[in-house]
Amino acid sequence: MTYSVRSATVRFGAAVALDDVTVEVPGGSVVAVVGGDGAGKSTLLRALAGEVSLDAGAVEAPPRQRLGYLPASSGSWAALTVAQNIDFVAGIYGLAGDELAARRAELLDRAALTQAAGRLAAQLSGGMRRKLGFIMAIVHRPDLLILDEPSTGVDPVSRIDLWRLASEAAASGAAVLMSTTYLDEAERAAHLVVLDRGRVLVQGSYDQVRADFAGVVTLTDQPVRAEWAWRRGRALHEYWPDAHPSNPPAGGAAVAPDLEDIVIALSLARHDAVRS
Amino acid sequence: MRAMIIKEFRELGRDRRTLAMLVLMPLLLLVIFGYAANFYVSDVKAAVVGAQADQVAGQLPEFFDVTTVDVEGDRADAEQLVQDNKVDVAFVAEKQPVQALVDGSNLFAGQTISAHLAQLGDQVETQVLYNPELKTSWVMVPAIIGLILTFIGTIITSIGMVREREAGTLEQLAVMPIKPSRVILGKIAPYFLVASIDMIIVTVLGIVLFGVPFNGNPLAFVLGAAIFLFVTLGLGVFISTISQTAGQAIQTAFFFLLPQILLSGMIFPLDAMAAGVRWIGYLLPLTYFTLISQGIMLRGAPIASLWLPFVVLAAMAVVVFTGATLRFRRDLAPGRPASPAHEQPTATEPAAAGGNASTAGTA
Repeated sequence: MTYSVRSATVRFGAAVALDDVTVEVPGGSVVAVVGGDGAGKSTLLRALAGEVSLDAGAVEAPPRQRLGYLPASSGSWAALTVAQNIDFVAGIYGLAGDELAARRAELLDRAALTQAAGRLAAQLSGGMRRKLGFIMAIVHRPDLLILDEPSTGVDPVSRIDLWRLASEAAASGAAVLMSTTYLDEAERAAHLVVLDRGRVLVQGSYDQVRADFAGVVTLTDQPVRAEWAWRRGRALHEYWPDAHPSNPPAGGAAVAPDLEDIVIALSLARHDAVRS
Repeated sequence: MRAMIIKEFRELGRDRRTLAMLVLMPLLLLVIFGYAANFYVSDVKAAVVGAQADQVAGQLPEFFDVTTVDVEGDRADAEQLVQDNKVDVAFVAEKQPVQALVDGSNLFAGQTISAHLAQLGDQVETQVLYNPELKTSWVMVPAIIGLILTFIGTIITSIGMVREREAGTLEQLAVMPIKPSRVILGKIAPYFLVASIDMIIVTVLGIVLFGVPFNGNPLAFVLGAAIFLFVTLGLGVFISTISQTAGQAIQTAFFFLLPQILLSGMIFPLDAMAAGVRWIGYLLPLTYFTLISQGIMLRGAPIASLWLPFVVLAAMAVVVFTGATLRFRRDLAPGRPASPAHEQPTATEPAAAGGNASTAGTA
């Protein structure tokens, strides 16, 4: 089963949050959406979840009882315990009795939250709260799982846990669409979508995106054109959109661009195109 | 310091509700206290019954606005007119001295009428019904029950609803297979229950501590309170739809609460208000609940004689609740088609990739 948004355009007043965006989310795989602040990541996810109306385009999503959603906010009720949060959401989806008890125990165990079952959500750490939100989003075994920045502000160990949970959901057949600000997470996804100011800069598998990347990124101490350069650690990278790896520009050594380089380079190219 | 002042003015300029409180509230209070703060009732409705009704009606001072003259009527008819709240005082002109039956449940009118009747000396024998000692507490307790229901219904409910928005859990609810109306009902049911318990406690305490009588049908009272509670809960939901934070909800609820306290007739009698502000009182739900609660508790008025406040409150409940639900639905799920929960949304475009259901935006 593949779910999608097609040619989606969303406007908030004069601002265009999504501009003719098409993204497909096949069942059994994780699709990662990356992009800077205001790129349209959350709007894309919320459009697929039915929380935002499209001004143009179409959304293909399962009915709500087959949809799981972890919003960018806490996603849990602070004054309820971990178990009560799960029970509440499970109750909405019609889970009860032994089935609910077994599912709750299974999910708490997988998220390493069993010991915290009786704690109030307000008393959980950020990572634990996101894992609780994740559990609540998958308690009913949804066909489409939408995760809005599940790992933002979460410690590295919890990030690994969350990624494992998302991978397990996909392995069990769910279509998983997640936004993230961590490019290493996006690299691991089956398919990644790079958004910039509401438009898709590039999408495909990580290998595809790297293979299709045009131009050259060089490592330099003194960039030739400051507006095309960015800092990576102690060094600077510079993008040459019209250059070819077989004939790299002078003034720096060509490097194999990773996803961060590709995202920044394509963003600079788009901003340059918009300016001109 | 200059930077701080400029920053504060900029923030204030963008906080329209606080600005409205700062600018409108003094004006509102001035107008209300100027035109509404009047305990003196200058005109009361009167009925005269009995064989000498025509003569007595002709001799009454202008203060009494005689609306009913019935030469065939007797004391029972007079009491009925007072109980039904059709008049503030009924004169029984069967023999000398004339009997004046004053409605004690209308406190300020009753006090003013008693003062005027005292000037008539032995010609009139005055009897204050339903509140013989014209106790303020007897009149206030039924009204305060309404005020408590208003407080819980508007402020507490709106805060509870807005908390979902502040915590971001409203977003969570929006994608769940649950109708907005059920979200609302599920949210307000506990407040309905708590408010009902509060109402019972206050009523019982009013009876025990202040000796307030309960002369009417408790079921009619419960019905009136339930309808009124739906109005106030609807207002609470409505306030939550126009507020982003609990602070905003409290500010907005205050705008709804203050006029109810001052203009519903609870403190200042409606009859004594200038017409320019009195009409506001007739738009307020507490005005009608007070008519019901005072009528049932003090006068033992039957539901038939209170049909008007019941009908007005029911209409308000329908309008306010429907409006609040529609606004809440729009807030909760702007992208959600108006299809029942647990039903698959209707596809408006052919499924492009074999999805089992689809929703489509309009181009």
